[in-house]
Amino acid sequence: MRRLLWPVVVLVLLLALNVFFTPSFFSIEVKDGHLYGSLIDILRFGAPLILVSLGMTLVIATGGIDLSVGSVVAISGALACLQISQDTSVFTAVVSALVLCVVLGAWNGFLVAAVGIQPIIATLILMVAGRGLAQLITGGQIITINSPAYKVIGGGYWLTVPFGILIVIAVLAITAFLTRRLALGMLLESVGGNAEASRLAGIRARGIVIMVYAFAALCAGVAGLMISSNVSSADGNNAGLWIELDAILAVVIGGTSLSGGRFSLSGTVLGALIIQTLTTTIYSIGVPPETTLLFKALVVTAVCLIQSPSFRAKAFGRRGRTAPPSPAPEEKVRVTA
Amino acid sequence: MTTLTLGRASIPAKYLPVLVTGCLFVAMFMVGGIRYEGFATGQIILNVFIDNAFLLVMAVGMTFVILTGGIDLSVGSVVALSTMISASLMAGPGWPPYLVVPLVLAIGSGLGLVMGYIVHAFDIQPFIVTLAGMFLARGLCYTIGTDSIPIEDPTFTAFAQTRIDLFADMWISPSVIIALVVVAVAAYVLRYTRFGRSVYATGGSEQSALLMGLPVGRTKITVYTISGFCSALGGVLLSFYMLSGYGLHAVGMELDVIAAVVIGGTLLTGGSGFLLGTVLGVLVLGLIQTIISFEGTLSSWWTKIFIGLLLFVFILLQRLFSARSRR
Amino acid sequence: MATEPASRSEAINTERGDMAVPAPVLTMGGIGKQFPGVKALDGVDLRLLPGEVHALMGENGAGKSTLIKVLTGVYPADAGTIELGGAPVAFGSPLEAQQAGISTVYQEVNLCTNLSVAENIFIGREPRRFGRIDWKRMRARAKKLLSRLELSLDVSAPLSTYSLAIQQMVAIARAIDVEARVLILDEPTSSLDAGEVEQLFRVMRRLKEEGIAILFVSHFLDQIYEISDRMTILRNGTLVGEYLTRELSQVQLVAKMIGQELAALERLHGEAKVFDRPLIEARELGRTGAIEPFSMTIHEGEVVGLAGLLGSGRTEIARLLFGADHAGSGEIVVSGSVTSLRTPRAAMGHKIAFCSENRKADGLIPDLTVRENIILALQATRGWTRPVPREQQDELVGKYIKALKISPPNPEHLVRNLSGGNQQKVLLARWLILEPRLLILDEPTRGIDVGAKTEIQRLVAELSDGGMAVLFISAELEEVLRLSHKVGVLRDRRLVAELPNDDSLTTDVLMETIASGASQMNASEASNVDASGGRAS
Repeated sequence: MRRLLWPVVVLVLLLALNVFFTPSFFSIEVKDGHLYGSLIDILRFGAPLILVSLGMTLVIATGGIDLSVGSVVAISGALACLQISQDTSVFTAVVSALVLCVVLGAWNGFLVAAVGIQPIIATLILMVAGRGLAQLITGGQIITINSPAYKVIGGGYWLTVPFGILIVIAVLAITAFLTRRLALGMLLESVGGNAEASRLAGIRARGIVIMVYAFAALCAGVAGLMISSNVSSADGNNAGLWIELDAILAVVIGGTSLSGGRFSLSGTVLGALIIQTLTTTIYSIGVPPETTLLFKALVVTAVCLIQSPSFRAKAFGRRGRTAPPSPAPEEKVRVTA
Repeated sequence: MTTLTLGRASIPAKYLPVLVTGCLFVAMFMVGGIRYEGFATGQIILNVFIDNAFLLVMAVGMTFVILTGGIDLSVGSVVALSTMISASLMAGPGWPPYLVVPLVLAIGSGLGLVMGYIVHAFDIQPFIVTLAGMFLARGLCYTIGTDSIPIEDPTFTAFAQTRIDLFADMWISPSVIIALVVVAVAAYVLRYTRFGRSVYATGGSEQSALLMGLPVGRTKITVYTISGFCSALGGVLLSFYMLSGYGLHAVGMELDVIAAVVIGGTLLTGGSGFLLGTVLGVLVLGLIQTIISFEGTLSSWWTKIFIGLLLFVFILLQRLFSARSRR
Repeated sequence: MATEPASRSEAINTERGDMAVPAPVLTMGGIGKQFPGVKALDGVDLRLLPGEVHALMGENGAGKSTLIKVLTGVYPADAGTIELGGAPVAFGSPLEAQQAGISTVYQEVNLCTNLSVAENIFIGREPRRFGRIDWKRMRARAKKLLSRLELSLDVSAPLSTYSLAIQQMVAIARAIDVEARVLILDEPTSSLDAGEVEQLFRVMRRLKEEGIAILFVSHFLDQIYEISDRMTILRNGTLVGEYLTRELSQVQLVAKMIGQELAALERLHGEAKVFDRPLIEARELGRTGAIEPFSMTIHEGEVVGLAGLLGSGRTEIARLLFGADHAGSGEIVVSGSVTSLRTPRAAMGHKIAFCSENRKADGLIPDLTVRENIILALQATRGWTRPVPREQQDELVGKYIKALKISPPNPEHLVRNLSGGNQQKVLLARWLILEPRLLILDEPTRGIDVGAKTEIQRLVAELSDGGMAVLFISAELEEVLRLSHKVGVLRDRRLVAELPNDDSLTTDVLMETIASGASQMNASEASNVDASGGRAS
């Protein structure tokens, strides 16, 4: 619990800052049977990032990283919108998009776990090629669709709650179930914490790693559907651009170490909410929105420095190098002479 | 002494990746020449240089970083920042180019220096540090302005539009010469200076390099500084090419640069690679674009897919090579 | 043959018998080094004379590597003095030590294999001309230097194209080029074959003639006796003594290295049992560079001890039997049928369990809790989809925390915060809940306190009485004798004897066997070396 302290403090501070500038910040009202309010907006607009970050958390827990999720976001939205624009049923479109995402994720996992390529490099391939693939699907255009059923995913409501938030809750619940109720989480942490010891304990890491990359891509795929549904269009070029970096950032802020091992799903959700709130805050306190990236840079640097043991040692630690007095020389002579 | 020629009958394995890239380039050029009319001319190759001079300079910096086993994600943003600073200083206060350009180069190098210092001193992964640098530089662009700023300084535009005629109607731009000078200097540094060799040693095994008494920390900081400098210079060259400064210039360029270096045969894990390979890597990337533009029916995104495929093939080759040499 | 405190006076006797001692190049006096919770070195003296090969001897944890690291400036000493050529020195880094003339070549070659041979020798001090590296001169000088070591290599080829032995020589070439006065060779021979060792020794003799003092660390007794003039023996971070090699018999050496902490201990097993149900049988099982082919049968309920010095192949046998490494030759028979144990998981399928010697690297997951570490192997056999029910987890974990007296008895405590002994117990518990038929324990009592040690010993006896077979590896011969029904003796990567543990078997007999070996590996038997060869294929 202690490691969630800092993310919580930061989030509370950000929210407090918002209340200071916008007193009505915390108010939530029901309009036309829909929930409205700044907090709801943060959750709603932050939903894709939370999804991608959840998948990323598991990948990072194994000691890996997935750079390709942004491209997968674009591919998923593109394929779904393309099919819907060709009058395929929404259901088929969504399912086929997600299946493609899982295949792409499994490909990443295969390169990492079976071929043995470093995760950064292995997922870089799909990061580059995936963008091209997304544009190939959309034909380089922005595909605009008009499908009320598809619109529900990102822009709909169910029982007054935005559908996107419900999806996030569902995926979060599933992830928590797989990792904490079933034994996936422990085995992931074991593989990420000490791969050789895990092998000697009889854990078969390969299948687990492939599955985790596939899961990360699936999460990204759902996020991609959400993003494209929200704007009723697919943009192969810009959808999900840099979301992988935000997701990695969210995971790191949430207290999961990039070197793998222990992970925290709630920390990741907090991290993603912090990033989203930061964006909202910058709008609401009147700072030009262009500077969001500057704040992000500051946050990344600060978080990483705080997590770095050598920084903590240099900044806070004292380096005690006082040698005890050397033994009396006579003593030594008596021993050897 | 009799074994001098042992194993030297064929080309040493370390040149093999460069050779593969070279053959690839030649093959692509030949295919292009057969398929399209007016393709197999010297000017096509020169155009690849002209269009990608900035990319070449950036790739030189990235080669240094990757040779030490690091990575620099900030290069694209630093390029954009450089164009933005140049354009705004020349447009607003009307600073002369000979003040602006050195300032821009200093800023780029300074950013690299800071990133290198953080990587070394606090033992944080280069990936994350340069990611922060990427955000920072891009953010600074937007704080300067969100719109494209045209460059109208007469000296600057005159230099940018200079055509240097070669024989037989062929020409190059001054940027190409600058880029080639950078390549030559960098190749010399890597081959003939102690710093250059400790770059290779650091990438080969940081632990061993430390135990052999090499200045590993200084080397790492220097390579990021070089990369920052090269990105800034790349930015200046891009401003020559675009004659504008814009916060959205060179978005995603870091991926192209990394791809060029990898396709050029430099090991992403560090310690092995040549600048000649990087040059060939940039040329291959440029030629892909040229071919796709000649093809007409193929759209621009095929470039990305081809680059991705090439990346995959080369990374797989690297993996095979390193797996075999470990035996 | 008293080995305890009397040893210091023995060292003095040696001193008197050796009259003409030249002034030492290097003297370390009263060196002390403390790590959190461990006293790694306590009042250790070491002196190196010019032109001699000085062996530094000791078992695991004796403090050899710490002493070397203190000498070369990797760690600062907490106490004591270092004098080089009569002047006190204190090095802040290996580089400073090297510049002062103390060069080190480590077991795992610390060179950059991606660079050429010549560069590896000269990097950091390349010959230059007008500021640029003079490659031609560098290659020529490298060739000359290597020919001093009787090596003829293609100096412009990458180092990775050469075998480990050659890489080792290149490391030595680098070390001696900087006008070394002291050359430290830390286990340089552990991955070399006999011919390569002989080549290395030729080089060492040559350097010796040039007046260089060589500090040599090796686990191979034959090599020590072949090459060294003098030795310093450490045990548990303290000095046992300094001896002339020719005046110390191998048995005495082994006794001094291992020591005898307790007098005769009662054997923990009651009346002799008859073992007639073989559980696992290794037939000519071997792995190149790790262990020579060996055969061994372990029966149900039998405790088989493995005795031998560090690096003699004890751990390698364990790893082969657990499928942690692939066997290069031979076969394993489990319960009468030939099986291949290609992965740990396969071995676990046969109910074989392995507590590795290196708890931190190969055993525990430091960031997980005691509970999670204990159920990890059980969970691994079930796969992630079938979690061990929480009640069952709590019950199992609670049971073993109690049975093994794991402290603190909190299952949610992170394993990284436990003491060494308790970490060992957690690892034991992990395997015990699998109810294995063969439990392999590699140094289960090393580095843990006496109380925990006795508990683990008692546990092993109980388990075997209950029918479990145990392969027990320990550097402490008393412990091996106390627990085992039979003892396999290893020497120089070879299983040299299998002795039934009856009343005639004593630690002295074991030491004798370790020291003499039933079949010795003689380094001189393959003396002809192809100096120019050795390229790795």
